Amino acid sequence: MPNMRATKNPMPSQDPNVRNKNFNEVTLGYTAEMAVDEAQRCLHCKNKPCVSGCPVNIQIPEFIAKVAEGDFEGAYQVISLSSSLPAVCGRVCPQENQCEGKCVRGIKGEPVGIGRLERFVADYHNEHNALPPKAPEKNGHKVAVIGSGPAGLTCAGDLAKMGYDVTVYEALHLAGGVLVYGIPEFRLPKAIVQKEVDNLKALGVKVETDMVIGRILTIEELKEEYGYESIFIGTGAGLPRFMNIPGENLKGVYSANEFLTRSNLMKAYREDSATPIQHAKRVAVVGGGNVAMDAARTAKRLGAEEVYIVYRRGMEELPARKEEVEHAQEEGIIFKTLCNPVAILPTDVTDTRDPAYGWVKGIRCVEMELGEPDESGRRRPIVKEGSEFELDMDCVIMALGTSPNPLIKSTTPGLETKRRGEIVADENGLTSIEGVYAGGDAVTGAATVILAMGAGKTAAAAMDAYIKGKNA
Amino acid sequence: MYKIVRKKSLNPTVTLMDIEAPLVAKKAKAGQFIILRVDEDGERIPLTVAGCDPEKGTVTIIFQIVGATTEKLNHKEEGDSLQDFVGPLGMPTKVEGLKKVCVIGGGVGCAIALPVARELHKLGAEVTTIAGFRNKDLVILEDEFKACSSRFIMMTDDGSYGEKGNVTAPLKEMLEKGERFDEVIAIGPLIMMKFVCLTTKEYDQKTVVSMNPIMIDGTGMCGGCRLTVGGETKFACVDGPDFDGHLVDFDEAMSRGRSYQPFERHAYEEACNLFKKEVR
Ligand SMILES: Cc1cc2nc3c(=O)[nH]c(=O)nc-3n(C[C@H](O)[C@H](O)[C@H](O)COP(=O)(O)OP(=O)(O)OC[C@H]3O[C@@H](n4cnc5c(N)ncnc54)[C@H](O)[C@@H]3O)c2cc1C
Ligand code: FES
Repeated sequence: MPNMRATKNPMPSQDPNVRNKNFNEVTLGYTAEMAVDEAQRCLHCKNKPCVSGCPVNIQIPEFIAKVAEGDFEGAYQVISLSSSLPAVCGRVCPQENQCEGKCVRGIKGEPVGIGRLERFVADYHNEHNALPPKAPEKNGHKVAVIGSGPAGLTCAGDLAKMGYDVTVYEALHLAGGVLVYGIPEFRLPKAIVQKEVDNLKALGVKVETDMVIGRILTIEELKEEYGYESIFIGTGAGLPRFMNIPGENLKGVYSANEFLTRSNLMKAYREDSATPIQHAKRVAVVGGGNVAMDAARTAKRLGAEEVYIVYRRGMEELPARKEEVEHAQEEGIIFKTLCNPVAILPTDVTDTRDPAYGWVKGIRCVEMELGEPDESGRRRPIVKEGSEFELDMDCVIMALGTSPNPLIKSTTPGLETKRRGEIVADENGLTSIEGVYAGGDAVTGAATVILAMGAGKTAAAAMDAYIKGKNA
Repeated sequence: MYKIVRKKSLNPTVTLMDIEAPLVAKKAKAGQFIILRVDEDGERIPLTVAGCDPEKGTVTIIFQIVGATTEKLNHKEEGDSLQDFVGPLGMPTKVEGLKKVCVIGGGVGCAIALPVARELHKLGAEVTTIAGFRNKDLVILEDEFKACSSRFIMMTDDGSYGEKGNVTAPLKEMLEKGERFDEVIAIGPLIMMKFVCLTTKEYDQKTVVSMNPIMIDGTGMCGGCRLTVGGETKFACVDGPDFDGHLVDFDEAMSRGRSYQPFERHAYEEACNLFKKEVR
């Protein structure tokens, strides 16, 4: 008999007023008892709607059944058939739009806590059974992976397990992509990402950091001179967008990428960091996605007194994960929705040598209202006439989205891309160049970890088939 | 890890190092830069490539000790290694087709101007170099410049060496006499580049400057290096570092360059104190 309680087991978490001053993980994870209890809420529907909601089709009822039996390692084995990064995805997937959004229990009450169970299972495995994997016998074929985000890591891992000699090239000094430079420690501890990278190395994958492909080596050179038979491009969507409004280049205005990279990758949140970061008092973060929530919550933790999310649509339309919005609210982030900045205002100091010259003093906003749905299906925000107002700020962070970096395209003749620089790839990840595959944000534009992971998996299988076909 | 194979002090505050980085050495061109980290947990700092030897696989960097990281870098010796060394980044300086060029270097900017002057000389261009320093003790690379310039003018602020005055003085004199160049290429402190551009603008003399804003990644990912050029926002690390000097908003660049001063001084002073203790 399933457990028919209408609500999920609540997630043990740090108290909001404690955690908004530290960078430790916010949520603490289920205990074994909670996990078993939660697993018993699953109805094991015949048509498995949850599986259809999962971008990589994890056999959700099957793994949950194992959890209910207390066979946590068995549950892990089920998940790992479809996903390489369960400890990450259990923490950062937008479950409410995916598996949990389809869960029948969600019709009358809360869905089964699938994400929380996935995280529990992955953490259990990492704690109890995580011997580093053994490097398989090599099959004598060389492949290269560019970028070490979830797409690249997954593609490299799958190919290494098939016996390929895999080299990952990463532009930054640390592997992990957005998982290390973007998503903060309090949401995704970096030790988890590091463990994934260490596992890759144990599989025999070579990880070459400090390698900006396009500059130090081109894709053509990797193919022709280095002899890689196939190449995967997983370079993400790292190019930040700005609003092109007056005052955007004032001091105290950052892209979320800069602010988060300073804090996460460069560890500026630590007192002893060599990389400086502004500890602002009043911060406006413009945007409503996960990136905006991460930037706002980071600013709060760095000591800001008031942090605003400024978003042009309403609370209902916020694209961030529901849990992140709730956590941000609990932590005291103020939501100014239906509001859009039209200018960033400077201090009134005119002497260019004065240290206060050129700093942000505030933002001028207009109120918005929602009109008819646009082509994306979301209701279009419209400016309310005469609604201008100003807010005092000493820091403004732009979290408006990102596009793929044009470097690879501009240095790879024949590589087709779309309007915003997204690489054109077919359903297997094949690009316009033979043997060259791509996936993740580089193809879709800024999306999700699970989609990037899935794209890495699909491409690995296609690259294997391509190389086997060529050598047959 | 990237080994320091040679270290040489050029003046009390400026040091040259050859770093073993064979792939970078093969690709780097004049005007491009690298980003380095001295050690684990170190800051990422950009330095323009001052030369490279593809055969030996080394890249030359020349840096002025201006903050905690360059101070730490200066305490590394031959045989030590740097944690990270990424490059080449940015666009190379455009030298093709230039027949007559005036290269202006100010202070440690001369280290970046030199490979440009050399490259131009190699391509057969007629190079006039104006090098400016605060005083005689700070002069660097004089012989190297002379070797690749058909005309070389040394300026010091206090007149302790060469002519007394700013680099703009001889430049203005030449322009006033009606001399024109395919390009003036100015590399040095922002304030120097600003005044060079104000001077050349009067004579409608095309001028290229090399910008060095605060950077993190150097790949276009953070936007920290942004500048206003001709009313548009540009990322120095990918669109530059060279720009048309008459279009650059220097006041904004100078202001942005001081973004972290309020938060940084503390770290620098601590580092200085630490090294002072070590010396004793
Ligand atoms: C702050 C933030 C929060 C997010 N939160 C969530 C969330 O909660 N849930 C979710 O599902 N998704 C979230 N996302 C989105 C998610 O992180 C991305 O969709 C995902 O990481 C994309 O993976 P990827 O492998 O395609 O690219 P990335 O993770 O971007 O990795 C690309 C890597 O390639 C490297 N690279 C780029 N160019 C080159 C080059 N020329 N040579 C060598 N290397 C190169 C980059 O340095 C980077 O390491 C968030 C994103 C951000 C920025
Ligand atoms: S240094 Fe980050 S975008 Fe230029």
